[in-house]
Amino acid sequence: MRRRFTVASAMVGALALIALAGCTTDPNVSAPSEEAAETEEAVEWFDQELFDKQDAERDVVPEGPEGQPWLQTINAELVDTAQYASQGAKKACFANASISNPWRQTGWITMNEQLKVLQEAGAISEMETRDAQDSDDTQIADIDYFINEGNCDVFIISPNSTAAMTPAVERACDTGKPVIVFDRGVETDCPVTFIHPIGGFAWGIDTAEFLIDELEEGDKVVALRILPGVDVLEQRWAAAEKLFDEAGIEAVDYFTGADPAEIKKIISDELAKGDVQGVWMDAGDGAVAAIEAFEDAGADYPVMTGEDEMSFLRKWKETGLTGLAPVYSNFQWRTPLLAAQMIFAGQQVPKEWVLPQSPITAEEVDQYLALNEGMPDGHYAKFGGEDLPGYPQVWEDRIIP
Amino acid sequence: MTATTTTPTQPGFGERLAAFGRILISPRGAVFLLLAILLVAITVLNPSFAEPDQLVRFIQRVAPIAIVAIGQYFVIVGGEFDLSMGSVVTAQVVIAGNLIGQDASLALPVTALMLAFGALVGLVNGLVVSFLRVPSFIVTLGMMLALLGGVLYWTGGAATGNPADEFRELGRGGIRDLPVIGILPWAVVILAVVLALAIWFSKRPFGRTIIALGDNPVTAAYSGTRTWWVKTSTFILSSLSATVAGILLVGYAGVHPSVGRGYEFTAITAVVLGGVVLGGGRGWVVAAVAGAFALEALFTLLNFAGVPSTYRDAVQGVIIILAVAYAATTFRARRKGRALEASPAGPEQAPEPGPDEAKETVADPASARPAHIPSTQRDDNDTKGGS
Amino acid sequence: MSAASAAPRPARPRRRRRLDASLIVGIALVAVIVIGAVLLATIGRNFFSAGNIRDILTGMSVLGFVAIGQTLVILCASLDLSVPYVVSLSSLIAADIMAGNPANIPMAVLVVLVVAALIGLANGLIVSKLKVNGFIATLGTGLIIKGYLDTNYQGTSGSVPWDFQLIGATGVGPIPVSTLLMLFVALLAALFLARTRTGHRIYAVGGDEQVARLSGIRTARPVIVAHVLCSISAALAGLLLASRLGVGSPTVGTQGGYDLLSIAAVVLGGTLLMGGRGSIWGTIGGVAIFAVVDNVMSVLQVNPFLKDVVRGVVIVAAVAVYTSRQVDRRRPRFGPRGSVSQATDAPGGSDSTGTGRPGETSSDREEVRA
Repeated sequence: MRRRFTVASAMVGALALIALAGCTTDPNVSAPSEEAAETEEAVEWFDQELFDKQDAERDVVPEGPEGQPWLQTINAELVDTAQYASQGAKKACFANASISNPWRQTGWITMNEQLKVLQEAGAISEMETRDAQDSDDTQIADIDYFINEGNCDVFIISPNSTAAMTPAVERACDTGKPVIVFDRGVETDCPVTFIHPIGGFAWGIDTAEFLIDELEEGDKVVALRILPGVDVLEQRWAAAEKLFDEAGIEAVDYFTGADPAEIKKIISDELAKGDVQGVWMDAGDGAVAAIEAFEDAGADYPVMTGEDEMSFLRKWKETGLTGLAPVYSNFQWRTPLLAAQMIFAGQQVPKEWVLPQSPITAEEVDQYLALNEGMPDGHYAKFGGEDLPGYPQVWEDRIIP
Repeated sequence: MTATTTTPTQPGFGERLAAFGRILISPRGAVFLLLAILLVAITVLNPSFAEPDQLVRFIQRVAPIAIVAIGQYFVIVGGEFDLSMGSVVTAQVVIAGNLIGQDASLALPVTALMLAFGALVGLVNGLVVSFLRVPSFIVTLGMMLALLGGVLYWTGGAATGNPADEFRELGRGGIRDLPVIGILPWAVVILAVVLALAIWFSKRPFGRTIIALGDNPVTAAYSGTRTWWVKTSTFILSSLSATVAGILLVGYAGVHPSVGRGYEFTAITAVVLGGVVLGGGRGWVVAAVAGAFALEALFTLLNFAGVPSTYRDAVQGVIIILAVAYAATTFRARRKGRALEASPAGPEQAPEPGPDEAKETVADPASARPAHIPSTQRDDNDTKGGS
Repeated sequence: MSAASAAPRPARPRRRRRLDASLIVGIALVAVIVIGAVLLATIGRNFFSAGNIRDILTGMSVLGFVAIGQTLVILCASLDLSVPYVVSLSSLIAADIMAGNPANIPMAVLVVLVVAALIGLANGLIVSKLKVNGFIATLGTGLIIKGYLDTNYQGTSGSVPWDFQLIGATGVGPIPVSTLLMLFVALLAALFLARTRTGHRIYAVGGDEQVARLSGIRTARPVIVAHVLCSISAALAGLLLASRLGVGSPTVGTQGGYDLLSIAAVVLGGTLLMGGRGSIWGTIGGVAIFAVVDNVMSVLQVNPFLKDVVRGVVIVAAVAVYTSRQVDRRRPRFGPRGSVSQATDAPGGSDSTGTGRPGETSSDREEVRA
């Protein structure tokens, strides 16, 4: 026993000596730029400025190639990328937050098909991916690994959370290689481009306005939310809650963890308490359980907003309820690799690449159902991969690389 | 609750009432008391809850978790843990969704396959625990990770879709057009059957052997128990119960990879609320089911009371700790008391008429809340450690 | 008096066996490293490159902190499932108090440690005084903290000054400072277990509470101390995460799944889940095995769902290798299973707590009795 500790102490002592002798701050680590230090108390999610911005963006006609929404932009402010222009196939390093929900899985499949196209075109040689499995800490380590070991030509990052990933993204920027961030943002403008659909407030505005139009003052809406503390989801609810409040709609919110059993219990309890006229969701999976709860209780179908997930679209069509499918554009998963191709070609890209995001309305349901016939329930209608090589088989079989 | 169940005036009414009161505040009765309080509270907040059709709906909702709790009960009373139940539920839900699809004729073969798969998972758990001597906590934790990961890999994260409605009828539908309750959900019937089987099983020699094994494995081994088989069978039972719960949940909720998530902890909590001792050897399956009902009633109460969604976990945490602490401390106090006075007080009276009365309660498993529990006459428990 | 002489005695015969346990963990670790290095070589990567070593060691630090505390708690036959929430809460408190100002660092660290100690104290009191099983008690306190977090924080909060972020971002060559700190805490914990009276008593209480009590040990105290230390080490993990993230996060603890993973790491490191036997260095070995497996799978770009399958199999397989050896070597004494497992009565004389796995807990108890 004693010897063990002697050895251990000796080791620690030796390490301390090494530390004294050669304590080096990692070269990749440098003091942060000033604007990054502004992260203060983010408890309140509602942000009037962002709300107004996204509200306005909903009405802008996107620019870009017709029929390719993943290349369209809204209010683009182009930046020059000539400094990155170079020949040859490049290696992309992708730090993914996770593929733990159907939306991300669908996007991930699409991204890999897009990769095949670009590999054939000789733009991208390979894409190395590390999946952080929903952990901030793991993703930071992933990005550091790429910086040290990845031999990356371009970093593509889908941050697991906004503020926490900022220092790591800055380290990636410091390598001088182009950095592309998509889906959730980071609190630094060092990436070459930040790709995302309009955003959570737009989702909240679309859905809340729809429900307010269809319902009357004093009606009750049950809001089914997945998790607290995730910015893209919180913003959806922050906008909707504000609008419901202003319109005199009574809204109660629950966290469901996207578990349909939980959703069904919540709706059943609400129906036992009194009538429910509307259902609002911050993500569509589990929508079917909510509708079935009304069926089982023998209550009238509610006015409902879900998502462009196939299960909701199918149930919507089948029941003929009054609904709206807001969209958090899944086709954005194609854009980062295409952006990388543009950057290496020296083409201008938008600093903030806002992709179109428009809900599926009752008139469009049939069209999207027909387009995606044969897709599994967890598939997203606006996945935008119809022109990719594996279509439709890869999405139908849901082959996750 | 207390008043209504004991009103019939019989000889020695006061005595009986006192005894019953003692039982209710005794650790093993505590869960029934808690359940009664919760149900009364729900009814006060929402009187329509007490209507028969609502009550039946409530039982339907609790059925899957109660069935999982029954399975977990056997594992825990045998001295082990099963953390893989939630993943088994998820796996079975996804299997049902992907293999049955819209073809109702596949329902029976796939159900058989699911049961076989459930039994296999339990068998693997049990054999690894018995022969490789890996703690069940670790075995079932590994199984939980591997099973869930495997299912997600197989389906690409999301199942194809809900299975045929005929199959989902088990969890969703029921016998319709009945008087009073309107509809008797199949889930309630299945729960009653499973509970009856569980009670019958735990009264059988084999069921008692499980408790003996959990209580003292060495004595059990010396008395000729095939330890490995008893242990393995508890894991098979729990995986099978998770399978049944999965079948009900496919109907009730539909297919989604998050169905069943966290069920292992809910089940363990329910079982412990029911006064079953972690580590094995003590507990009553009906109390475990009551624990499941109490837990679900708590969630319902929080829903009805309009408690902000973020506070619910905290409330749940407080109640779990208080309930278990109450059971543990009163249990201790009672033991101490009995050790001092040689003549046993209230709770000790119960064991004498024990078995017969026990069977009476057993015979009525379908009753929603087994509130009228003459006792906790686990004679096998009370004999232990008393001297 | 009698306590002092009773407690160290079981430590002596245990010594050799504990070395064996650590040895097996070490062999397993080496095996995992060799397999990993070969696998990485097949795709043209170097396992021993600085960046890769750094990735592995970084992966070890946070889980390492949590697992050190978890080891103490498991040694006294309890469990702590509240650690992920303590981790999250600590990161938030730290980041909020620091608020970007380096002058606040000492204050923040102090407050975090005090809060964590109080949580640990609550856990310990509930377990030892209210006789609530550790599993349920800490599940409950975890839920309470979760409720507090969900209510008061809707996302990341606060700001960690640059000086503090350096802890998570710098290294000595390929070795991150955070790993060195973790190893230092491990050393302290090991010294605590080996050299202090409370440390001995943790083993004694975990081995057999009844016997420990009869030997004159106040059984509650070691349990409480272990829980307090466990929460504190979880808080250190939270501080480290705050330093790495630059902000506090209400979900960072649950994201890492530190509750079950830390328990798995502890058992992987040869500590008995039923308490009474095990070592800190074994735990560190267990954590290292996880980190290496994760690293290799990430470099090989294994499908994330399959990663979980591999993790599950590795956990069970590694523990199986370990336990089967244990059983083989010890089949003396009574009966076919070579063991006598005694149902023990809890202090109130009420409860059988340590029935547990036959063949493992028992022989320690006999030594205590001898």
